[in-house]
Amino acid sequence: MPIWDRKTETVDREAMQQMQLERLQTTVNRAFRNVPFYHRKLEQLGIEPEEVLALGDVRKLPFTLVQDLRDAYPYEMFAVPLKEIVRIDSFAAAPGRPLVMGYTARDVSHWAELGARMMSAAGVTREDVVQVAAECEALVGGFGTHYGVERLGASLIPAGGSTPERQVRIMQDFRSTALVSTPSHAQHIMEAMRTVGVSADDLCLRVGLFGTEPMTARRRAQIESQFGIVAAANYGISSVTGPGIAAECEIKDGLHIQEDHFLVEVVDPLTLEPLPPGQPGEIVITTLAQEGLPLIRFRTRDVSSVTYEPCRCGRTTARMSTVTGRTDGAVSIRGMHVYPEDIQALLYDIEHVEPHYQIVVDSRGGLDVLTVRVELSSALISDQMNKIMALEETIRQRISLDLGLTVDVKLVEPQTLRDVPEGKRVIDNRER
Amino acid sequence: MLRLESVVTCYGKIVALRGISLHVDRGEIVALVGPNGAGKTTALNTISGVLGPRSGRVFLDGAEISGAAAESLVPRGLVQVPEGRQLFSTMSVRENLILGSYRRSRAEKKRDTAEDMGRVFAMFPVLKERQPQLAGTLSGGEQQMLAIGRALMARPRVLLLDEPSMGLAPLVVRDIFRAIGELRKDGTTVLLVEQNVKAALRIAKRAYVMETGRIVMEGSADELARNPEIQRAYLGQGYRQIME
Repeated sequence: MPIWDRKTETVDREAMQQMQLERLQTTVNRAFRNVPFYHRKLEQLGIEPEEVLALGDVRKLPFTLVQDLRDAYPYEMFAVPLKEIVRIDSFAAAPGRPLVMGYTARDVSHWAELGARMMSAAGVTREDVVQVAAECEALVGGFGTHYGVERLGASLIPAGGSTPERQVRIMQDFRSTALVSTPSHAQHIMEAMRTVGVSADDLCLRVGLFGTEPMTARRRAQIESQFGIVAAANYGISSVTGPGIAAECEIKDGLHIQEDHFLVEVVDPLTLEPLPPGQPGEIVITTLAQEGLPLIRFRTRDVSSVTYEPCRCGRTTARMSTVTGRTDGAVSIRGMHVYPEDIQALLYDIEHVEPHYQIVVDSRGGLDVLTVRVELSSALISDQMNKIMALEETIRQRISLDLGLTVDVKLVEPQTLRDVPEGKRVIDNRER
Repeated sequence: MLRLESVVTCYGKIVALRGISLHVDRGEIVALVGPNGAGKTTALNTISGVLGPRSGRVFLDGAEISGAAAESLVPRGLVQVPEGRQLFSTMSVRENLILGSYRRSRAEKKRDTAEDMGRVFAMFPVLKERQPQLAGTLSGGEQQMLAIGRALMARPRVLLLDEPSMGLAPLVVRDIFRAIGELRKDGTTVLLVEQNVKAALRIAKRAYVMETGRIVMEGSADELARNPEIQRAYLGQGYRQIME
């Protein structure tokens, strides 16, 4: 299989580490000089940028939390003047909690490059007709994917906003050979195929790329057999650059990290100490080539492990395993992160008492459905049906308004959720 | 080919290089640009062994050369063309060139020297005409050509060039840079220090931008030439107000 940037993707470890060290140093130098947040942080820790003399010295540097990015809203984290920013991405990584990313022309050009590497790794060539079917809001890096397809020279069909039925139609009419989607959206499309009576044999699809949600073995098997394709997973975070941080090759044994752009550490989420290769922990990312908004030791809250063993595909870049969970209790719904504490704050706001609640996630026909169960306060007698329904509606509307999220709300009897342990706050019934 | 790992160099108590890392691959032309006093020349002098690094490492072909004496590096193929040319002004052009090949044995010298000189003359035809002339009587541009020519006589594998455009008229700069660009065809690896960022980025494949002893940016020459910060600071109007 072709490797898009053979020189970089198959470079020996020593040369890769040299490149990473050079870029880590320039990133820290620029962040220190241009971003007040990092200047302050380094000063507080008594660290000079020139103390980063080896890759391992990244551990001397402070972490960056999602909250730091939110506090910096809108422009405080930008490392270049606004006039040098060509793209502002104000998509909220979690509903209701906006954060703003800024990209320079060079950053945007890098998306294309990383997108092309990702496409190529999955087996897409310039002969392919690539249908990007992911829901727009779920795949913020959709742009990176689009540019990547074009950089590769394949034919791009941006089909983000279309219904599953329409996606099927496009696949048939345009003879799409590659599909880019999220695993859950792919499931909707499979549903639609069943409804309209289209099978894999009626399609020309041969390969698929799936991101934003973890690709479990079960999901992959289902997608591969239903569409008759080879499915490759990719990993990205909206607050770092969208897709393209890591992507699977044809071997499908871990996602190749684009190490010349991202320095990946795996840390113990409790002690924050580095973990050895192969051991699962929280993924921490330092951007190495980002100009608009460089990130130093960004805590992704995603749990995965990293291996440096060379891959049979020929690439020498490190590989991460598929994400197996979150360290902050966030639930991934249709590509967005929902934080229980956001829901809790909202419920408190409505009733002005500490709420007892539970979040239940189900998959209905491939659709993620989130139900918020809230215990009735004793002030409300449960036989006042009208009032209960009105309250449910209020909560539903508030969540929709504040978090931009459609949910089901169920009020339950007093005393039923009072003793729910923190570990059962979120019940995820989706099949993994 | 050439690799620097977090090199720190000091003049007494003054830290001139604050941990710089860079690399030049075989056959690549890489530019090191930045304002006056950023530490560019210090970087070259540290690589060529004129200065010793306080910490950090320099590698040539994978072998560490940090702190090695300058004269031991020339036979290993690392040759520097110093800032301000530093020719032997009372010697002829030809004599200056022959001095450049001093390290070779007498037997191989005669044949090779003639061959090498032919190559230098092909690159800078004006030097052929000026052979008997004293180096001190050459124009600035011709002196720079002679300085580069003399370095090429040592058959460098890695050539370190320090401000070849300094004090020269734009047309002359163009000629000299065209010649440097052609070195790539012979597979010579070049690290070029320049304040003339525009000219440097035109012939380099990649570049590093230095400021106050640190490298603050790196990337392909194309990318950097398009970079608004570079354009503002080095390529556009009023850079003196910003940089000095």
